Amino acid sequence: MELSEQIKTDISENPVIIYMKGTKEMPMCGFSNQVVQILNHYGIEYKDVNILENPEIRIKLSEQSGWPTIPQLFVKGKLIGGADIAMELHQKGELLDILDISENN
Amino acid sequence: MEPNELKALIEKGIPDAKVEVIDTTGTKDHFSAVVISKSFEELSLVEQHQSVYKAVGRFMTKEVHALQLKTYSPNKWAEQNS
Repeated sequence: MELSEQIKTDISENPVIIYMKGTKEMPMCGFSNQVVQILNHYGIEYKDVNILENPEIRIKLSEQSGWPTIPQLFVKGKLIGGADIAMELHQKGELLDILDISENN
Repeated sequence: MEPNELKALIEKGIPDAKVEVIDTTGTKDHFSAVVISKSFEELSLVEQHQSVYKAVGRFMTKEVHALQLKTYSPNKWAEQNS
């Protein structure tokens, strides 16, 4: 599958997906780690994509999302934002609703 | 890039914006900015940040490696500080 198609498929097929530097087990950047810690706090399932494994992913992803930096958090196919927005939504108590990926929502 | 240059870029892209920029690492490539603009009133948080990234344009991720953002409309800013 072509890379840009792969990205679209991953974003649409994974209710919560983070593009990050490193993996959720071993984040390689403080901003990526911040989002991982927030997601782990809520105990939800999510997919991680390590953009360091293939820098092309970052280029294609940013073209598609209009978001220049990493990490990028997507929920239900929609860009939520990077580390600042994840933290801000968490602190405002709004992130749990956003992360509610149950069928009836 | 100097923090003042980054401030000028954001102010050019968002003319009514009040902007404060600090260099968070002392290396002139990691910054933290607070941006207040009336244009943010109708925008989601993602769109607010995207409009700042757009103002920084081609410098983003090159000269400006990381940019931590806090964006507010004037009303939200007033609430924040009340």
